[in-house]
This record gives sequence, structure tokens and C-alpha cells, in this order.
Amino acid sequence: MWAELAVTAAKLLAVAVVLLTCVPIMVWVERRGAAFIQDRLGPNRVGPMGLLQPVIDAVKLFFKEDLTPGGVNPVLYTLAPMVSMFVALVTFIVIPFSADAGVEVFGVPLRGIHVAPDLGVGVLYLLAISSLGVYGIVLAGWSSNNKYSLLGGLRSSAQLLSYELSLTLAVLGVILVSGSLNLQEVISRQGPELWKWHAVTQPIGFIVFLVAAFAETNRLPFDLAEAETELVAGYHVEYSSMRFASFFMSEYINIVTISALTVTLFLGGWQVPWLTATLSGWPLLLVSVAAFAAKVAFLLWLFVWVRWSLPRFRYDQLMQLGWKGLLPLAALNLLIVGVAMSQGWM
Amino acid sequence: MSVPTTHFVTLAAVLFAVGTAGVLLRRSGISVLLGIELMLNAVNLTLVAFARQHGHLDGQVFVFFIMAVAAAEVAVGLALLVAIFRHQQSIDVDRLNILRW
Amino acid sequence: MELAVFYVAAVVAVATGVIAVAHRNPVVNVMSLVVTFFCVAVCYALLAAPFLAAAQILVYAGAILVLFLFVVMLLNAPLPATDQPRQLQRVFGVAAVLLVGLGGAALALVAAPGPAIPPAEGTAAAIGRLLVGPHLFAFELVSVLLLAALVGAMVLVKRKA
Repeated sequence: MWAELAVTAAKLLAVAVVLLTCVPIMVWVERRGAAFIQDRLGPNRVGPMGLLQPVIDAVKLFFKEDLTPGGVNPVLYTLAPMVSMFVALVTFIVIPFSADAGVEVFGVPLRGIHVAPDLGVGVLYLLAISSLGVYGIVLAGWSSNNKYSLLGGLRSSAQLLSYELSLTLAVLGVILVSGSLNLQEVISRQGPELWKWHAVTQPIGFIVFLVAAFAETNRLPFDLAEAETELVAGYHVEYSSMRFASFFMSEYINIVTISALTVTLFLGGWQVPWLTATLSGWPLLLVSVAAFAAKVAFLLWLFVWVRWSLPRFRYDQLMQLGWKGLLPLAALNLLIVGVAMSQGWM
Repeated sequence: MSVPTTHFVTLAAVLFAVGTAGVLLRRSGISVLLGIELMLNAVNLTLVAFARQHGHLDGQVFVFFIMAVAAAEVAVGLALLVAIFRHQQSIDVDRLNILRW
Repeated sequence: MELAVFYVAAVVAVATGVIAVAHRNPVVNVMSLVVTFFCVAVCYALLAAPFLAAAQILVYAGAILVLFLFVVMLLNAPLPATDQPRQLQRVFGVAAVLLVGLGGAALALVAAPGPAIPPAEGTAAAIGRLLVGPHLFAFELVSVLLLAALVGAMVLVKRKA
């Protein structure tokens, strides 16, 4: 029992470290990518190709003055960034980063790089934890004693709640076909062939999920709640230093998590069309992790690409899109999947 | 069964009592609704505990329905509260006595 | 081990439940109720009901209490000058609470454990089979109820044009 516990703890630590390292890499990609899209160079002085820029940014944020504005509720003000970070970090335990390659470490089966492989309600757990992310935003907006924060917090949480519905319906289409809430099952149902990936068999669901993912992470074109030109910085305007860094990091970790979820649900997870069906053991483990990382990296680049290419939605346009556009589309997708399954096409 | 059913049912009884206290002893409409939610959760806990004891899942299905009904009730209750607040600028339940004889 | 988890969850649940109904600040009330619901979800997980544990967090903590929080923040109602009920109400209230609490605990302690039946695992598939099987009518009725609540809530807060 202790050996299994040790292996799970090691997996947890490894995934947490990788996730936290993704944040500075994402910051760098964001700034250089934004620069190239805007026909300029971006940070290129600190370190080779500006690679140390995020490190210096972190140091700068660490040394900034941590000031608490007057009139705030101190408990809630301190709690909000912690809630955001917590929610962002615990979602990854149900995401399978590699195949269950039958590898053994110190006599204990590794069960793939998947921290909680036995959680039968994997997807539901993920949706539940994501719905808790609203609290961080709402508490930050409320406790900051600032009308712009409050407006930004309320707008952002209304947006998150609205798009959560479409997200869940799109996921439901995938779950219907997979027959299980466990994410390893969902991946193995997407078969070794490319045309069995859910992005191909349920394109409407995939588009709905992707758009809802952008809205759930408060990324452009849906970032009205925290846009610099609209609401100063929305719900985190009164936060400085490490508290702001918490919000900042939790936003990027959310992006990584939702990209990982998109890859798992719609893009075949760690599978490579014919390669992973033929390998086994340690090569399978390494190839599957590399494939997963490559797919997630592509989606992260997509997030950056879209952010710097599209204009922002106005808030009422955003809510209209969520309720009158995506929700009916997601329901239509579910209907199509249901009919297809009853006729035996899927 | 490592944790006996009576433990769970006692916890549920205590939570139910706390919820009742909230409903009966608070004047704010929001606190009353929160107390109701706590009572519903206590009942849910009892149902799931007995479902496990008797070995079939009907108790859990009942809890599923109770969750749905509680969501509907909270939506309507809060809508009522907002409408009342618009009318009399307060959510004090002691002031809701317009229909008294 | 499970007993230890249960005791921690129980103590935190009761403590945060008391804060949820006793504190003056409504935002603190709602947030401590979130913690209470979390502890109840832990209890569901201990009772072989993983689907209900996830649904509890998704529905109660993630949706219902967010709605509460929204209403609290939008109303921004001034806290009543004296949030204390009148004397008679207080007496009856405490009496009712004691009756309910002690009565419930007494019933709990005399509940005879039935014969040892292996517990059914409350997975989503198992509950789903029951929902579309024996309880189909109630399932459809609940969806109509939710629609009615949705329409009702919208009508109640509609401002007269």
C-alpha cells in the first residue's frame, strides 16, 4: 500500500512541477508570439531569445509592494487568489498524460502518468472543480471594495456560468459515445485511427467546446471582464505582487488544463494513429507523453494566436453568443449523436 | 462498512438541527434560504447512508431528484427575494406582513 | 483511516454549518456553506456514492451557492439593525431546534443495522440505469419542474416595461 502511495505521490509531484513550469513558458510564448503577429520582435534581451524574461517578471512581481487597499474584507480578499490557484491546480489529477503501458516501477504498476486512474467519475470531477473557479473571481471582485472590480467580477462569473452549460453539453456528446466518465476509457474509444477522433466524428461539438473553452478561461475574444482598455483590469485590479501573480498563474494553468482536456476528449489524447497501437512498455509511455505534449502545445499556440488576431466581443454580444448560439448548437450536437448511436452509426 | 451508518445519521441530525436554527432564528431572507439548503443536505446524507446500509441505489436516485428540486426551489426563492427587495428595500422576513388580518 | 476522514469531515461540516447560519455577513455565510457542502460530498464519497459526491459539488457548491452569492452581492441589502428575533420567537426556536436535534440523534442511535448486504457501488452507470428504468416518470417530471422554475424565476424578476 505504501509503495502505491509513494508512486502516486511521485506522479502528483511530477505533474505539478511540469504544470507550474508551463506558466513561464506560456508567458514567453505569449509575448514573443504576440510580437511576431504584430510584426515586431518582443523581449529578446534577457537571456537567449528572451527566454529568461518570465523569470525576471516573476522576480519583479515578487518584490513589488504587497498592498491591501482600505475597506476590504481581509479574509475574503486573501482567500480569492488562493481559491483560484487551488481550483486551477487540482483539475489535472484526472487527465491521463500517457498510456497505461503496463510498466512497473519498483514492483508497483505505474498505470501510466495518470494521478487518479481509478476515479470512475473523472469528467464529472473536472466539471465540478471548474465550476468552483467562479468563486475566486466573484470573491476577488466583491472584496476589493472597488466598483470596477465588482463589475468585472460579476460580468466574468456570469460569462463563466453561461459558457459552462455549452461546455458540459459538448462534453456530454463525447461521453455518450464513450460510455464512461473515465478519461482513459474516452481516449481508448477514440481508436487508433485518425477518423475516430471525436473532433472528426463530432465537429459541431468540437467547435462548441473550443469556443466555450476560450470563454471559460477569460481569453480573447471573450476577455471583456478583465480587459485593460475596458475595466482597467476587472476583478484583479486591486491585487498586487504575489496575489496578482496567483491570479496570473491560475489563468495560465487553466489554459493548460483546458487544452489538455480538449486533447483528451476530442483529439485522441496521447494516441498517435498507428504508432501507439503497436508499441508497448517504456517506448509506449515515452511516445504517448510526447504526443500528448505536442498536441497540448499546438492548442496553447492556438490560444495565443487567437488572442492576438481577433477583436474583443462586447458583453451583450458575448452573452448572446453563449445562450442563443452555442447552447442550441450543443443541444443539436447531442441530438445528432443520440440519433447516430441509436441507428448504430457510431 | 468501516464507518457505521449511525455515525452518518447522527451527523445528518446535527446538521438538520443547525439548519432549523437558521430558518427559525434569523431575520434575513437569505439566511432562511441557507438554512433550508442545509436541512435538505442533511436529509440527502441520511438517504445515502441508508441506501448504503440496505445495499440498493434507490436512496441515491432519490437524492439526485432532491438536488434537482432544491436547485429549482432556490432559483424561485431567490427570485422572490429579489422581487420583495425591489418592493420594500429590505429582506427582513418580519416585515413581510402586508397580508395579515 | 476512513473513520478519521469521517470525523474530520463531520467536525468541519458542523462548525462551518454553524458559521453559515450564525454569522452576520451574508457573504461569509455563503462561503462557509460551500465548505459544509464540500464535507458532505466527502461523506458521500465515503458512502460509496462517487457520482453523488461529484454532483453535489457541481450542483450545490458550484451552481446553487453561486446563485446565492450573486443575489447577496446584487441586493447588497443593509444588514438588519437588530438581526435578533423577538423573545417569544427565540424561545420557540430554540425549543424546536432542540427537539429536532435530539430527536433525530435519538432515532439515529436506535436505528438497528439490517443484515449485512454488500453495498452497491453508486457509479454513474448504475444510477443512470435506475433513472431511465424504474424511475423514468419522476425523471421526466423533474425536467418539467426545472422548466417551470426557470420560467417562474424569470417572470418574478421581470421589471414592468
